[in-house]
Amino acid sequence: MSDHQPSQKELPEAPSTAPTPAGISRRGFLKGAGITAAGTALLEGVQGFSREAVASTPKGVKEFGPEPFPVTLHINGKEHALQIEPRTTLADALRIQLNMTGTKVSCDRGVCSSCTVLLDRMPVNSCMTLAIDAVGHHVTTIEGISTDEQMHPLQAAFVRHDAMQCGFCTPGMVMSCVSLLEKNPHPTEADVRYAVSGNLCRCGTYPKVFAATLDAASQLARKA
Amino acid sequence: MNSFTLADCSTVEAALSQLKDGAIVKAGGVDLLDRMKNGTDTPTRLVNIRNISTLRGIHSTPQGLTIGALTTLAEVADDPTIRTQYTLLADACGHAATPHIRNMATLGGNLLQQLQCWYYRSAEFQCLRKGKELCFAFSGLNQYHAIMDYGGCPSVAPSSGAVALLALDASVELTSAAKGKRIVTIRDFYLQPDANPHRFHVMAADELLTAIHIPKPAPGTRSAYQKYGEKESHDWAIADAGILLEMDSNLCRRAVVAMGAASPVVRRSHEAEAALTGKPITHETARAAGQASMTGAMPLSMNAYKVQLFPVAIYRTILLAAGQMDRDPSAAG
Repeated sequence: MSDHQPSQKELPEAPSTAPTPAGISRRGFLKGAGITAAGTALLEGVQGFSREAVASTPKGVKEFGPEPFPVTLHINGKEHALQIEPRTTLADALRIQLNMTGTKVSCDRGVCSSCTVLLDRMPVNSCMTLAIDAVGHHVTTIEGISTDEQMHPLQAAFVRHDAMQCGFCTPGMVMSCVSLLEKNPHPTEADVRYAVSGNLCRCGTYPKVFAATLDAASQLARKA
Repeated sequence: MNSFTLADCSTVEAALSQLKDGAIVKAGGVDLLDRMKNGTDTPTRLVNIRNISTLRGIHSTPQGLTIGALTTLAEVADDPTIRTQYTLLADACGHAATPHIRNMATLGGNLLQQLQCWYYRSAEFQCLRKGKELCFAFSGLNQYHAIMDYGGCPSVAPSSGAVALLALDASVELTSAAKGKRIVTIRDFYLQPDANPHRFHVMAADELLTAIHIPKPAPGTRSAYQKYGEKESHDWAIADAGILLEMDSNLCRRAVVAMGAASPVVRRSHEAEAALTGKPITHETARAAGQASMTGAMPLSMNAYKVQLFPVAIYRTILLAAGQMDRDPSAAG
């Protein structure tokens, strides 16, 4: 088990929004507030539970929590060691603990799929997946499909076709379509519609998503 | 979500040993995490059965098909045998929720998901099904609620998988440490709200739903399922139809017409079935069956539209099953 901790270079963050007068960026403030809330919840958890039962765990049962415990998550080809609680969702582990904020959380109920990541190359909602259930599986996030130098061909197609408006659903859209192209390199528009039928876009930019994905598919086919 | 301990189990026996003291079972977790995030369920202990590999997979048997309870909806929908011989089950599982959720949600979890009534799902409302006396839907917002057989609670059956499995005469296998395995038909599995408002099915607290058994359809069987919703994706049905036809050349020897979004428990319309039995499947007989399906309908203040929608859903799905009509483009994808 590697103890690799991601450096800032490997997890590039988008430029933060305008700093507040006190010099705290909006994102930095929100993260700080989140950690405080988590800390309070943790204290409640420790007070609310007895640990006596753990001593006699039967065969075939592994018991976790409620306190944080160490796990290793395999994300974008790298191993990340972190502490999670049983209730930590994969989306929260990625965004709050690993600073991988490319994955977005909008509805937090599995309805909008802006939190889409690939679990063993299959698109799932990271907001409805417990982080502990991702242990032992390969997670791919939007950060994992490109390098600092080069976008994924699908991302480049999204840019060419202007396939985003507010952009909040875009990482999830891209992940759904990346998974589609891996399984079906020559999709029809109906296939793309089906693949993103879980991705809610309130701006209504679906036609450009279809065009971008079909364009990326034909570009990839030419390369192959 | 509240804080909890999680007992991760690798075998059925291990999981059964953990079914005590109010622990809640988690498989795919889609419905459970939704309830926990809503604050309607606040378990202090979850039993994680997601990693029990023996509960996954689709197996052909001489009697028919056995599906492990942890098989995902996507796996059911994509299985070649199910698509060809148990078509309405592939249709039902392949059109539930979203592609992403179908990759996570299990067939057992789909059958056991709780009511989707917005009063029941809200921590702000303490309704009949949560042990109080009042149903808020009768006098409140009820456009997605039941139109028949509702008794004291008009929330509709949420599982589209159950509609297909009812039509297929399927059974669930329930396993407990004390009593071993027992088999309960889907018809007998769910409880009418008036039988006991606080219980939804006959499964006991120490039991685990481990498998679904489906008898082999008779020769000449054709089937289809379609659901209609406000949206093309994401949503539960506002009307749905699970149709199974046993054909002798052009005559229908036996018909099953199953519905989910009409009543609190998945139901068959014997009136609609009688309109098809012994007759050829035509636009006329299919229409007559659709009309007959609404016998006894008593819509609430906001859902009379369902009395018009169901006959169309049933008519079109009968013709889809019979191979006389394509999948309805206005049905939910």
